[in-house]
Parts: sequence; structure tokens; C-alpha cells
Amino acid sequence: MYKYSDFDEAFVRSRNAQFRRQVERRVDGSLTEDEFKPLRLMNGLYLQLHAYMLRVAIPYGTLSADQMRQLALIADRWDKGYGHFTTRQNIQFNWPKLTDVPDMLDALGDVQMHAIQTSGNTIRNVTADHFAGAAADEIEDPRPTAELIRQWSTDHPEFQALPRKFKIGVTGSPNDRAVTKSHDIGLRIVRGSGGQTGYEVLVGGGLGRTPMVGQVIKPFVRKEDLLPYLEAIVSVYNLMGRRDNKYKARIKITVFENGMEAFRDAVEDRFKVTKREFGGVGADVLREIEAHFAAPAFRNVPEDAYHVARAADPVFRSWTDTNLTDHRAPGYAILTVSLKAHGETPGDATSAQMRLLADLAESYGHGELRISHEQNVILPHVHKSDLPALHAALKTEGLATANIGLVSDIIACPGMDYCALATARSIPVAQEIATHFKAIGLEEAIGQLKIKISGCINACGHHHVGHIGILGLDRAGVENYQITLGGDHTENMAIGERAGPGFAYDEIVPAIERLLRAYLDVREDASETFIDAYRRLGATPFKAALYPAEAERDAA
Amino acid sequence: MARSFTPKVVTANALIEGDVVYLTEDDRWSRDHAEAELIEDEAHAQLRLLKAESQKSVIVGAYLADARRGPAGPEPIHFREAFRTRGPSNYAHGKQEARHV
Repeated sequence: MYKYSDFDEAFVRSRNAQFRRQVERRVDGSLTEDEFKPLRLMNGLYLQLHAYMLRVAIPYGTLSADQMRQLALIADRWDKGYGHFTTRQNIQFNWPKLTDVPDMLDALGDVQMHAIQTSGNTIRNVTADHFAGAAADEIEDPRPTAELIRQWSTDHPEFQALPRKFKIGVTGSPNDRAVTKSHDIGLRIVRGSGGQTGYEVLVGGGLGRTPMVGQVIKPFVRKEDLLPYLEAIVSVYNLMGRRDNKYKARIKITVFENGMEAFRDAVEDRFKVTKREFGGVGADVLREIEAHFAAPAFRNVPEDAYHVARAADPVFRSWTDTNLTDHRAPGYAILTVSLKAHGETPGDATSAQMRLLADLAESYGHGELRISHEQNVILPHVHKSDLPALHAALKTEGLATANIGLVSDIIACPGMDYCALATARSIPVAQEIATHFKAIGLEEAIGQLKIKISGCINACGHHHVGHIGILGLDRAGVENYQITLGGDHTENMAIGERAGPGFAYDEIVPAIERLLRAYLDVREDASETFIDAYRRLGATPFKAALYPAEAERDAA
Repeated sequence: MARSFTPKVVTANALIEGDVVYLTEDDRWSRDHAEAELIEDEAHAQLRLLKAESQKSVIVGAYLADARRGPAGPEPIHFREAFRTRGPSNYAHGKQEARHV
């Protein structure tokens, strides 16, 4: 894992000291809220519906056991004993007092964490594949690249006042688990014709009110050219991007309005300059960073205990069926720990759960943890022989739910239970879908399915790319939920299609049930997933299930 | 005919805790919606909002929210404002925790 240099350490400490003084000046009245707001946002502090919220970056989703323990300590000492993991690999504390935040930031600094650039019109926390460094299908670990970008973008003097926020995601695998096509810039590590690795660079992706799939701006950028090429893209956007209308200020609109060709040409012109200016400095730094991410010393021991437990314990077997992913090392697995126990809030972890996860990562996971954009926790390096003990330990804190990839493994933004921007609630909808399908016993039969819920058009809950997307809106002073169908969050990213009129709060779960019962009726067999059936049949049978009265009228 | 004015309350968040607060008739900030001053005159509403905004060391983000008269005092109209009187629906945190309801 990356260890801060003296420079990183001094920078974070001095930023925290600055912010402490800014808070003091806000409280004593020498700063107005208008003056203070951009300063607090630069340090991840929002004001939400009921309280402040501190958003802490988990760069590329990687945490050490000690960092996870510190998050638990912060949750207990200054919050309400829990934290909320988000779709951008951040953790949010929902109840801090303004005057406690400087102490919270210092406590984060003690474990090499911070909240810098988790808000504002800057380059945000750089996200990456949560299986990085472990996945069997990986070409190369994307985290050194993400760390390089974090260092380049943090406090970058030219990019502190961009037209709008700017998000970068990196994957090192052909199977894209980092939703790179929904980012302002997406990077995919690929092999060039000579066998060397470089980047396919995508630009202009985004969800929100104008969802767009990122397009390739350059099919291959050499590693040593990455920073000057990124610098060229962001500086062209900084000049060309619109500042007259915040809803048209993201790079996706800049690319769309100017055309990819014109945008690419401008970037290439700028790249000639930036390449000369950088002179290969990024490549040297990247090599140093790569050394921090060396793989752990994997053990080579028998897996017998795992197979014995699978044969003996159906609960364990079911959990390993859903929650494991192939690891590149023999005998190892990637374990996804569900933060979606039925009826719980997606992405929330109590301080006790965080401490247990930290202890288990130390005992069984080479000290590493990951946070996924799907709001679960991952132990990336687990030997299969340790899984029975892990399973037993996870059960003690309600962390052994066997539902990864199923109907209850729902992404949900905080929605109107917390967020000041939200137009409707998301969390209770997710809770009710999860408990309802468990109660009617259909979760297993339905199989692989991505439901994603956003409480407003900004789409933090990624509803556009859910197989089933749910968008909560305010329709004439009442919560109303629109359903989209057929979205895809992978390398084949697709924006879901709106099914029709929205549903009231108490109608949304029955509507989802009709939709999924229709899927069970029309699928060829159990191996045909919801999304496969949708692609084969189109929207018609699913719309008919959602709107039976209309379907009947049409048939008459 | 003049557009009818929907009564308002002045609401904000407390500067230090962030908790939702309401301006009362006697110029206090109450944590309880029912104690808010129900303002039925548009000009008076603007004056009360100005008064609230001047208290920059006490509150943040003051605005006027629609409300109506209820048996125990003013009640919110929009569901967003109703949530602000209670707290989130997934945990008994916020105001519902403070009141042990």
C-alpha cells in the first residue's frame, strides 16, 4: 500500500491547520457563510438536511486495517457510531459538529487519510477497480496510476476552479468494474502492439441529468505520456468548458457541443506543449509508486478445509457461491463482504463492523481492505482455507449475508434521508425491496441483477446503468419513482430506457415485484439473467408487467 | 386578483451542530417546528428572513418554507420539510433521537 512521503504528510497537516483556523474564524464571525462555504467544501464538509456531513476520500478504494480502525474511532468519537460508504469510494460521516471537524481531519491525517477535493469544482477522489491487484483477469494493477493522478491533481494550481467537478476512474482489467465509461475521464490499462502496457483514454462519460457514455479520445497513451496527456485534456476543458450554466458545465457537454474531433484536436495541440513541459517526470514517480503496491507474499497451502466446509454447511456454500471472485493466485479468492444485509442501509457500516473487518483483514487478508462503488467491503487476498473461520467471524456482526450480485445487493444514494439535493428518499426503497424479496423467497430464483436507486437526477446511485434503475422525484409535492430498464455498468455501458410513468412511494415495490415475476415467466431457463432476457425480448413484456391496465387496454 | 400568499416559517441550520432550527415570534431559534412563527404576510416574511440572515454566527442557510396552521402550532406542508422536523427514516437519529420518539 502507498505510504505518504514527507511531502504528502506536511501538505495534509498544513491544510488541516489552515482549515482549523478557517473554522475558528467562521465561528467568531470574521468569515461569512458565503466566504466559508468554498473553504469547507474544499475540505469535504457539506451541510445537509439535518446536519453537516464530512466526506472522506478512500483513494482507489484501498484501506489498511489501521485506517479502517481509525474510521471506526472517528465514527464513535465524533459521529453516531457508523459511516456510509459511497458509490465513489468515499466514506461519509453524517453527524459531525462543525467545531469537531478539524479534530476529525487530524485523526484522519494520523493514518494518512484526508477529505481534500472530495467536493468542489476540482478533480475528485480517483476511483479504481475494487479487485485491483487481485483479479484473475487483470492486465495490471490500476492503483499506482490512480495514486499518481491523486498526487498530480491534489492542490493542482490550475485545476482548483474548473467549470465543474471532474471525476477520473481507472481499471486494469478488460472486465470493467470501475464504471470508467461514466467518468469525465476513464482510463483502461491495455496492452499495446509491442506488448507494453499503456492506457486507452475515454472522455466525456457521465450520469446525472444528461447521461452519456464515455468515448475513446485516444486508443493508446504510453505510460510516460499519461500525466501530460491528462493535463492537456483538463486544461482544454478548463478553457472550453461552459461557465454560464452549471448544468452544461461538465466535460461531457463540452465534448458533445464541440464534437469529439474538435476537442481531440485541441487536446493534441495542447499535448505538444505539456509533453515537453513534463519531460518524463510522471514516469519516474510512477515507478516509485509501483514499488508501494507490490503483491503480498501469497501462501501455498492446501484448500481442503474450504471444500470440507462447503460440503458440510449449506449456508457457507451459498455464501461462497455468491460472495467470492476468482483470484489470480492459486488457492486464493477475493471475498466481497456484503454491507446489504436485508433491511439495513446499503453501504452503512457500524464501528463494530469496521473493527471486525480490520481485525479479519489482518488475520486472514494480508492487512488489506477495499471499498467498492457498489458499497460493499472487499478482502482482496483471502486463502480459501481461511474462509470457514472468516465466515464464522463475520456472522457475529451481521456481515455474512450471501447476496452479492442479487436483488438485495442494491446501490442506493443517501437520498432525502440526508442529502440536501435529493428530491425523494432512496434508502427505505432499497430496504423494502431487499426485505420483500427475501420474505417472498424469490431472491435466489431471480439470480444476478443490478438494481440501482438515486434520490435525484444527479444519479449518485447510478440508476441509469442499473439493469433496473429507480429514480426518486418530487412530483407536485409527493415522492414519485421512475423506473429505467436495460442499463449496463460494465465495459459495454448502456443507459437504461425509461419504462413509463412513475410510481408512488407505496407502489414502487409492488411494481418491481410485477417486473421480476414477468422476468421469471419469460426467461428461457434459470441461466438466462434478467438483463439477458431484457436484451433478447426488449422492453415490451416488462412494460406490460409494470403497467397492466395499459397493456390490457392496448390488447382490447 | 392578487395571488394568495402561502404562510411561511423561517428555517435554517444551527451553525455549530447543523441541526434544523426555526425562527420564533420572540426572535429565538427553536429546534421545534411547532414553535416557529407562522408568517402570513409576504412583506413581513421578507423582513423576518433578513433578520434571520443577519445572525450569521448562529445559523446558516436561512430560507422561507411553506407551512400551515395546525392544532399544536405550525406544520410543514412539503415532505422535505416534514423530514427536516424529524430526521432520517433509516435510523432514529436527529430530532427523533433527541425527543426519544
